[in-house]
Amino acid sequence: MNSQASLFQYILKIADNQLILGHRLSEQCSKGPFLEEDIACSNIALDLIGAANSLYIYAAAIEGENKTEDDLVFLRSERAFRNVLLVEQPNTDFAYIMCRQFLFDTYDYFFQLALQKSKDETLAAIAAKTIKESTYHLRHSGNWIIRLGDGTAESNTRLKAAFTNLWCYVEELFEQDAAELDLVAQGIAVDTQLIKSQFNSHIAEIMQTAGMEIPTGIFMQSGGKKGVHTEYLGFLLAEMQSVHRSFPGVKW
Amino acid sequence: MNSLKLDENQLIENFEAKLAKNEMIEPKDWMPAQYRKHLIRQISQHAHSEIIGMQPEGNWITRAPSMRRKMVLLAKVQDEAGHGLYLYSAAESMGISREEMLDQLHTGAAKYSSIFNYPTLTWADMGAIGWLVDGAAIMNQVMLQRTSYGPYARAMVRICKEESFHQRQGYEIMNVLATGSVEQKEMAQDALNRWWWPSLMMFGPRDEESPNSEQAIKWKIKRETNDQLRQRFVNQTVSQVEKIGLVVPDKAIKWNEAKNEYDFGEINWDEFWTVVKGNGPCNKVRIANKIKSHEEGAWVREAANAHAEKNNKTKAA
Repeated sequence: MNSQASLFQYILKIADNQLILGHRLSEQCSKGPFLEEDIACSNIALDLIGAANSLYIYAAAIEGENKTEDDLVFLRSERAFRNVLLVEQPNTDFAYIMCRQFLFDTYDYFFQLALQKSKDETLAAIAAKTIKESTYHLRHSGNWIIRLGDGTAESNTRLKAAFTNLWCYVEELFEQDAAELDLVAQGIAVDTQLIKSQFNSHIAEIMQTAGMEIPTGIFMQSGGKKGVHTEYLGFLLAEMQSVHRSFPGVKW
Repeated sequence: MNSLKLDENQLIENFEAKLAKNEMIEPKDWMPAQYRKHLIRQISQHAHSEIIGMQPEGNWITRAPSMRRKMVLLAKVQDEAGHGLYLYSAAESMGISREEMLDQLHTGAAKYSSIFNYPTLTWADMGAIGWLVDGAAIMNQVMLQRTSYGPYARAMVRICKEESFHQRQGYEIMNVLATGSVEQKEMAQDALNRWWWPSLMMFGPRDEESPNSEQAIKWKIKRETNDQLRQRFVNQTVSQVEKIGLVVPDKAIKWNEAKNEYDFGEINWDEFWTVVKGNGPCNKVRIANKIKSHEEGAWVREAANAHAEKNNKTKAA
């Protein structure tokens, strides 16, 4: 892969994570446990989709094939999406939603912090804007982990189930292929191995406050970054792309 | 002078004198029980409309056909939730709790705008709702910025700013569709056909059949009647329809030179009352969805309360 193609794929990985998680959260709009939380989740969904949008605009420019951000979102099929498996997992209940957010938000906070130092000025600028939102997202989901862990027996049990079932997607967050390592060497991509200890210590701190134990003995899944997804993504994309694909080539 | 010693007649006199001077009534002011009751009903109904209104539009967030449209729609639905929040707070200032209001919504004791009992079937419905439904709502809300109850009037000032933006983006969606491909134009016309009449119904029954209107105008809660607002909406909207090459689905629509306004056809009042009474296409599903998310959220609210209580105890100890 030449370096433009590597950079293009790298931007897609970041953007697809933001888009797919934002989409999942946007499915919850009007279904929140109370009005203030509904507003908070819609707001976070909007932040994520907005960040994805800036990244797709940049990716389209790097690809140089006269495509738009919409082409990248609405006309790629399942195998071309590069998001991690974690973000496409369904909204099983509020504990799953917050657990998924918390794991991703923690990763994303340290990731954006590091990406601000990228030698790629556009990526660094987008990260500098995103980090403000990531900081709030991290506080929001972290507070919920503490509330749910500490709250009632039911909330504790539900949260435990969510952590047990979503933990298998944690390791993939840090996976890097040869092309990405090349970009790391050039100072463009974030070395995810370097943010892993920050991730672990934040997760441990919040989970301890919440009275939760970190799941052990979980077999780790991966594949999203290579376009091998869980079965959930196909349905998500079918819904997301349905109108756009039904009327090819028109303006919206 | 101690207001506690005033008798009821004097209190009413003072209240009416305030209204006559166009002064706002504030939460701590004395007000007739009927005024309070009327406003609680109206403000909570308005809040519920914002909240139930999130469903028909929320239905299209995941399918919006471009990134820009997706972000704008999500932001719009989030705005509606925010409006619901200010309005619940305004109603709370009159001495009703959020829980009571939600109970009334869930049991059907409180109404919300019937417009949200129609289904959103195509993407063009997002254009039609923004343009027509928000447009009709603005007619009411602009008037309500001068309503006599302070917290309600102030909530309206904020809401109106956002609603005008919603209306512009709705019209822009319709404009793009109406000037797009043949299929897109058909989609736009179809949406206009389905939403036109329900939008006119949003202003409520004809003046002679609107039992609450007269008192509401006397108390300066409302400043104009249903029929006056409806007429203004038609006058404003017909030229917007024509400008983008669509057709108003009313054969009787005609400019009346003498009256300097449009004549328009008779609203199907049977349909209006059918939907008001709970038998519109989506009445049951909207409330069922609302109850479902409320019930599914019960354990989350309980957990948050339990955690807050434990925290308070730790702090107190």
